[in-house]
Amino acid sequence: MPMNEEFKPKIVAFCCNWCSYAGADLAGSSRLAYPADVKIIRVPCSCRVNPMFILRAFEKGADGVIICGCHPGDCHYSTGNYYARRRMAMLFSMLEYIGIENGRTRVEWVSAAEGVKFSTTMNDFVAKIKSLGENVRLGDIRCKN
Amino acid sequence: MQRIGVFVCHCGSNIAATVDVKKVVEIVKNEPGVVHAEDYQYMCSEAGQALIAKAIAEKNLTGIVVCSCSPRMHEATFRKAAERAGLNPYMVEIANIREHCSWIHKNIEEATEKAVILARAAIAKVNLNAPLKAGESRVTKRALVIGGGIAGIQTALDIADAGYEVDIVEKTPSIGGRMSQLDKTFPTLDCSACILTPKMVEAAAHEKITIYTYSEVEKVSGFVGDFTVDIRKKARSVDMDKCTGCGVCQEKCPSKKTPSEFNRGLGNRSAIYTPFAQAIPNVPVIDRDACLKFKTGKCGVCAKVCQAGAIDYEQKDEIVTEKYGAIVVATGFDTIKLDNYDEYAYNQSKDVITSLELERVMNAAGPTKGHLERLSDGKHPKEIVFIQCVGSRCSDDRGKPYCSKICCMYTAKHAMLIRDKYPDVNVTVFYIDVRTPGKNFDEFYRRAVEDYGVNYIKGQVGKVAPQPDGSLLVQGVDLLDNKQILKKADMVVLATAIEPDPSVRKIATMLTASIDTNNFLTESHAKLRPVESPTAGVFLSGVCQGPKDIPETVAQAGAAAVKAIGLLAKDKLLTNPCTAKPDELLCNGCSACANVCPYGAITYEVKLINDHGIREERRVAQVNNALCQGCGACTVTCPSGAMDLQGFSNRQIIAEVDAICR
Amino acid sequence: MQELINRAKELLADGTVARVLGWKKGDMSYNPEVAYFNNAEELEGFVYNGFCAANLSKYLIEASKLEGKTLVFLKPCDSYSFNQLLKEHRIDRDKTYVIGVGCKGKITVEKIRDLGIKGIESVEIDENCENITVKTLYGDKTVAYADAMLERCHVCKGKEHVVSDEVIGESRDTVDAERFAEVERIEAMSPAEKFAFFKAELSKCIRCNACRNVCPACSCRKCVFDSTKFDSAQKANVDSFEEKMFHIIRAFHVAGRCTDCGECSRVCPQGIPLHLFNRKFIKDINKFYGEFKAGEDAETKGPLTNFTFDDVEPCDAVKGGN
Repeated sequence: MPMNEEFKPKIVAFCCNWCSYAGADLAGSSRLAYPADVKIIRVPCSCRVNPMFILRAFEKGADGVIICGCHPGDCHYSTGNYYARRRMAMLFSMLEYIGIENGRTRVEWVSAAEGVKFSTTMNDFVAKIKSLGENVRLGDIRCKN
Repeated sequence: MQRIGVFVCHCGSNIAATVDVKKVVEIVKNEPGVVHAEDYQYMCSEAGQALIAKAIAEKNLTGIVVCSCSPRMHEATFRKAAERAGLNPYMVEIANIREHCSWIHKNIEEATEKAVILARAAIAKVNLNAPLKAGESRVTKRALVIGGGIAGIQTALDIADAGYEVDIVEKTPSIGGRMSQLDKTFPTLDCSACILTPKMVEAAAHEKITIYTYSEVEKVSGFVGDFTVDIRKKARSVDMDKCTGCGVCQEKCPSKKTPSEFNRGLGNRSAIYTPFAQAIPNVPVIDRDACLKFKTGKCGVCAKVCQAGAIDYEQKDEIVTEKYGAIVVATGFDTIKLDNYDEYAYNQSKDVITSLELERVMNAAGPTKGHLERLSDGKHPKEIVFIQCVGSRCSDDRGKPYCSKICCMYTAKHAMLIRDKYPDVNVTVFYIDVRTPGKNFDEFYRRAVEDYGVNYIKGQVGKVAPQPDGSLLVQGVDLLDNKQILKKADMVVLATAIEPDPSVRKIATMLTASIDTNNFLTESHAKLRPVESPTAGVFLSGVCQGPKDIPETVAQAGAAAVKAIGLLAKDKLLTNPCTAKPDELLCNGCSACANVCPYGAITYEVKLINDHGIREERRVAQVNNALCQGCGACTVTCPSGAMDLQGFSNRQIIAEVDAICR
Repeated sequence: MQELINRAKELLADGTVARVLGWKKGDMSYNPEVAYFNNAEELEGFVYNGFCAANLSKYLIEASKLEGKTLVFLKPCDSYSFNQLLKEHRIDRDKTYVIGVGCKGKITVEKIRDLGIKGIESVEIDENCENITVKTLYGDKTVAYADAMLERCHVCKGKEHVVSDEVIGESRDTVDAERFAEVERIEAMSPAEKFAFFKAELSKCIRCNACRNVCPACSCRKCVFDSTKFDSAQKANVDSFEEKMFHIIRAFHVAGRCTDCGECSRVCPQGIPLHLFNRKFIKDINKFYGEFKAGEDAETKGPLTNFTFDDVEPCDAVKGGN
């Protein structure tokens, strides 16, 4: 990347259909800006997010991955986000253990009413990823050419 | 290979002002599978939908991507359009280039690039879509209304009048709710009980309505059209069928020191009690925490005096299980606790009361028989100060950020009633703003000021200090005159913020209905679906959704009823076809999926499997499509990837990831 | 050993079992092989000694499909894997007869080689498993048994069999190390050091799948890496996804199910300490969700198919959950 070009991170956001995707819609209709680097993938529930998807994103060059779901207790499917919470706690801890900066992964609970939180979360996350720079590590954990 | 058409919407200038739609069309034409791409002013319009239909027919499309507003807005519209044109509705994907793109970005180049990427992700997904067919599920033609206030009563009456069975579950011993505690109503000054009681009687007498008072919803399972609900009927200790409502038990009960909930603790009630005279049902309950018989084993006076033999100390809680097609939440509100507002001396002085307490004081059936008097010494007050926005419009976390909406009007009502009945009493109102939008509302407020001489001061009160002589020193500011005000008052009335009844949290969790940061239930769409919860089959009535006055509550209650009736009128519902589907050849039979399924939709069967020539009996997962709601928890817990989610398959989501990270 | 053979012969003779699953002598004295024995004659080739490290529980998935019961010998740690497979309905308990065998720790020739001993011809273990005599091209060498022991035995789960029909033989307490010491050592590294460590280790991987094939938790009929369900099965030169993420995903798939039997590290021809992934998950699970031993019983819900309302948030988990 040329020195003078600003770093444009690739960021994948998995949003549950019922709360966080609607929260992102509310951020949109409220015109609460956040960087275009964030691209949202709609999933029915945070529990639909397979760790494979996250690793795949990193391997394909994502610089950060964020999972957003309903607040604990408010899951549309009652319990989905509780499972997601455990899975992501395990996965993120493992990624940190193998030397991936933990700021590259995040889980946030954003309700359908929290357009402001969605926007501030994304602004904050993008700023964090920009400070970490390009993701090189997860793309090549095995260092095979 | 799919034949995909991409349709890019301008949404007037909503999208086109920030996204170069023509450029998006040009770029996506080169994406794999895309055989057609075009843009149009308003894709959701009839003309726009006709374009889609035409392209499906002419280009023989097998899948379409609409780049437009949120799928939460128009996915259903475009699916129906596709279906009418002969395409399976689940071959439609939406790229959200409005809420997630044009509305939040200003730079055209950036927004256009993002729109292209979002379109690519949707195209990549459609390439892997498969036609899906919705199943059918039944509708139980019975509605549940949670909460028996004016909202719940009105909703129940409207549903029942349409010919459907309705059950009301009310946690207190009587229906009536907050409205039954009010003395008069603004802006007409009708007596609250006079207009509420006939509704209560009508509900109780309605052949289609069953009322469970002193009861709570304990468990909810199932889904739209087919909920199963456990209702706990708390032990009343009085036989509903035998009791004649004569009231002798309440008169003779020796335990009379329990603060009356109905009178907001301003008076006492007996241990066996009906909350108020017009209670429905007119059957008392025994408060077992206060009853001497339950506390000490001695007494039993009520049983002795009851001619009907209705007293039953052995009665136990009863669980009633009932099926419902629709559930309406009408749990109402309470005033906030004032523990964080010591400056108003609410906990120090009996003469500082909330507006709801004033309603009881003004009411002929209240603790002072309707006489305006100080609760500390019974003296007639000469100076009354009202303080507005106590806990409302609060910027810190002591109170609530929202406007409670009803306080300006009821304070004008209180001020006017007091000045009318007691012209010797001076009334001062401290306010931030006076908000009176509504029919005849501003006129009403102006009458208070102009005809009744109520002294309105724009400014806030910093402190209410009880004085040794029993009076209250109110320290405030007058913002218009820019001066400090010290005012001696005999009574202070706090327009206390309202909040959703605390019981709503538990109910929302049981219903998986979402709730906002202030514990108000979230509507499906703030403007277009204001009485529907995002959870299908759950509707919102009254203040549980947001602050509102009585006429608004009644209007919304009717709207919620109509939505519920619309659901109950159907014989079958189409079910979401995006359900989990196991690949029997890959299934290990390990039960991990069944362990995480919140709906019990997964069972196991031992089946003869032919796996590429190997024929053997295997334990394999089976999904009940009527029960599966498509959350996907099972798909991630499945180690072999045997379980997948239709419409959100592993390969589809990975294709989206790849498209975004390309 | 003779006691095991005699009992196996009895059970075969009285028809209790149809076959015996155990170990037989390999081509070298230090590499016994897993084997089925169908009659008394075949059982003459049965061996059980310090080199019989192989965990036999996974073989019972296939054995459960055969006619009649299979007698299996399980060491205490193997019995956890057996229980876990029972929980996952992979083994039919009614098709198995479990003899718990005593264990004094298992050794490996790799550890002997690591001590600098070359030209190994054969290895003899003394009766009490205290010392090992290694016959080499350069003469006999004596090695302390504990020095040749597998890593997993230094952090042994215990002497008890969590499931068995009968137990034969005594076990010995072999614990002389902290189970999570290595994990903690890595946790204390800087991100760059951690990455360098794992990159160096994982770069040795040749994707022989030995770890996957031996793992009793990794028992899917078809691995996701071999199916088309995730678009992850392309050959390495087409898509590097599985190449890069294989070990992390494998560890995640067995998280909460891994009994820490250590077979993955034992069989890795490249000597990658694969158990460090699994043990990190175990450590986290214990810390965040309470002590959990996969396979301790056949009923309890696994930690990743369970939850509590106040579980640690992922962002706090990476900070150590404090």
